[in-house]
Amino acid sequence: MTDTAIAASSATEYAGRSGFARALNAFVSRLVIIVPYLWLLFFFLVPFIIVFKISLSQTAIAMPPYIPVLGFGEGLSGFWAQLKQLSIDNYLWLTEDALYFNAYVSSVVIAGISTILTLLVGYPIAYGMARAPATLRPTLLMLVILPFWTSFLIRVYAWIGILKPEGLLNQFLLATGIIDQPLIILNTHTAIFIGIVYSYLPFMILPLYSALEKMDFSLIEAAQDLGCPPISAFWKITFPLSIPGVVAGCLLVFIPAVGEFVIPDLLGGSQTLMIGKTLWNEFFANRDWPVSSAVAVILLLLLVIPIMIFQHAQARAQEQGR
Amino acid sequence: MKSLGSIRRSFAPWSDPAAKPYIVFENVTKRFGDFTAVNDLSLSIFEREFFALLGASGCGKSTLLRMLAGFDEPTSGRILLDGQDLRGIPPYKRPVNMMFQSYALFPHMTVENNIAFGLKQEGMAKADIEKRVADMLKLVKLEQFAKRKPHQLSGGQRQRVALARSVAKRPKVLLLDEPLGALDKKLREETQFELMDLQQELGLTFVVVTHDQEEAMTMADRIAILDKGEVMQVATPTEVYEAPASRFVAGFVGNVNMFEGKVASRDAGSARISGGNGLTIKTENAGDASAGSDVVFAIRPEKIKVSSKKPADAEANVAEGEIYDIAYLGDMTVYHVRLADGQVVKASSLNAVRISEDPLSWNDRAWISFRPDAGVVLTR
Repeated sequence: MTDTAIAASSATEYAGRSGFARALNAFVSRLVIIVPYLWLLFFFLVPFIIVFKISLSQTAIAMPPYIPVLGFGEGLSGFWAQLKQLSIDNYLWLTEDALYFNAYVSSVVIAGISTILTLLVGYPIAYGMARAPATLRPTLLMLVILPFWTSFLIRVYAWIGILKPEGLLNQFLLATGIIDQPLIILNTHTAIFIGIVYSYLPFMILPLYSALEKMDFSLIEAAQDLGCPPISAFWKITFPLSIPGVVAGCLLVFIPAVGEFVIPDLLGGSQTLMIGKTLWNEFFANRDWPVSSAVAVILLLLLVIPIMIFQHAQARAQEQGR
Repeated sequence: MKSLGSIRRSFAPWSDPAAKPYIVFENVTKRFGDFTAVNDLSLSIFEREFFALLGASGCGKSTLLRMLAGFDEPTSGRILLDGQDLRGIPPYKRPVNMMFQSYALFPHMTVENNIAFGLKQEGMAKADIEKRVADMLKLVKLEQFAKRKPHQLSGGQRQRVALARSVAKRPKVLLLDEPLGALDKKLREETQFELMDLQQELGLTFVVVTHDQEEAMTMADRIAILDKGEVMQVATPTEVYEAPASRFVAGFVGNVNMFEGKVASRDAGSARISGGNGLTIKTENAGDASAGSDVVFAIRPEKIKVSSKKPADAEANVAEGEIYDIAYLGDMTVYHVRLADGQVVKASSLNAVRISEDPLSWNDRAWISFRPDAGVVLTR
């Protein structure tokens, strides 16, 4: 073989190998994208379809406690007949009883107030962490995450011990003479706010911290240099630049807080109306799976639609900014 | 010694004893913990001066600038601006503006709003702000970029926005922290001249911090060379280069050859210095070196001539050696000549003709020579 021939053959071999490698690469990178989609499909979309189907069924004293149970036992025509039994009666029922509407509104209001309170508490903490010496930051982050090492349920239970009339807080305040009658906090909205703020604070702090930590501190110096006092510089520079973190933190707190069950159940007492509790009652106390499914579907739509609209608007704003 | 003045203009308030300095650092010390960034430093800067603080990183030059801007307060000593003690005045109340090394442009604001930011703080009328912003955009030639956000601009454009923003308020003093550090070499050279023109046009006092000696030499009226928080020399670029005050300055600014030796004899300004290598150097710039003292004779490479034959000039200092290395840089050639005692001397010659009549090559015997006024004697 001549030198040129060798060169040519090795060149084709090289091209062939790189072609294969490229195809493999493309496949692997596609696989990587597929994984989260599969996850969403099996653990979100499929369960959602099941819940949605149950919400269109009727209650029955049976196992499972609803009809129809879809299946191909009676062939395709049987399946069709089963489908025809589905109805939106349960959704109509939700509009007839004011309880559900009130529970939704009350949940959104409680979650909204809690989110604002969490933001007010979380922002200074995140700001302090972002401005702390770089060597101290990992420790501070660790401290924020530390509560996760204990069960959420236990931590909420612990608040009962703190907030109840003869609890730690009242004992302390009575002992120091600040009050002479124990404060009634447990089984009020205040207790729910305390519980939500405490439980969800890390979800607020972490995105805020990551937004604030990225910010170049010389921007604040530049603002001051141009005649802007520190507080004004905060509102004109720091806060606008931290808005992505504020939004992410608020969503992370607001969404689970709307559907929260444990905190209102343990700290809020019996008179608290929240959709999570309503759902639990329908499901476990009344054993009405179809109605509770309808409650869940409406709750989901209530949360997902505004978030999608918001995210769409944000993406467009970002595109315009670019 | 012949006088070494300012190259630019007839602007030299520092040599006029009646002139009042505009900015005065008085025995300023700044400590961070147990690290002393600035050590008992005194310095005067005059109105409309283009003043450069030059030094390696960690020499305290940025700390000086930050103290002037108000971001740091001196541990002791005071800073006066136009006769007023600046201690306790917060940055947002000082009549100085700073151009940051990172530019620190507000990423969420347009170019226009970045430039208008300081003016809005002043409470200037809207129409006036618009006019001033338009003027500034014109000054830095960015009219068509007014509505862009900083991340939509190139590095050079961002630098000009930062400049426009910092001069928009017409500060008494403009502080520039490594203003050209982030630009590439070509752009940096262009921008140096733009900055000088701007300073002339606006009639402001500029204090620029830089680690780039070429930048300082090109732009500044005077340069302060700093090392470990202390001033090594404050002088015009010419003086710094041709009459360095110490070995440190001579070595820091430009290239230099140094010969260790003893003053064998001296009279008036001239002296003979005998080196340990048996060489005797005649010099006319003996400074304050007393006879018998240990000194260093410093000479710049371009002041040394290299030739293949022994020069006929009887006045000149002459030594024989061997060409050890040659670096051809296009505009000039740098020869490294090894003398008999092993010391390597750098000599550069301008390539004024395309083809040399006396080409030198590696390992050739060669003669170096320089006139008695070509170098200086350093006692420190």
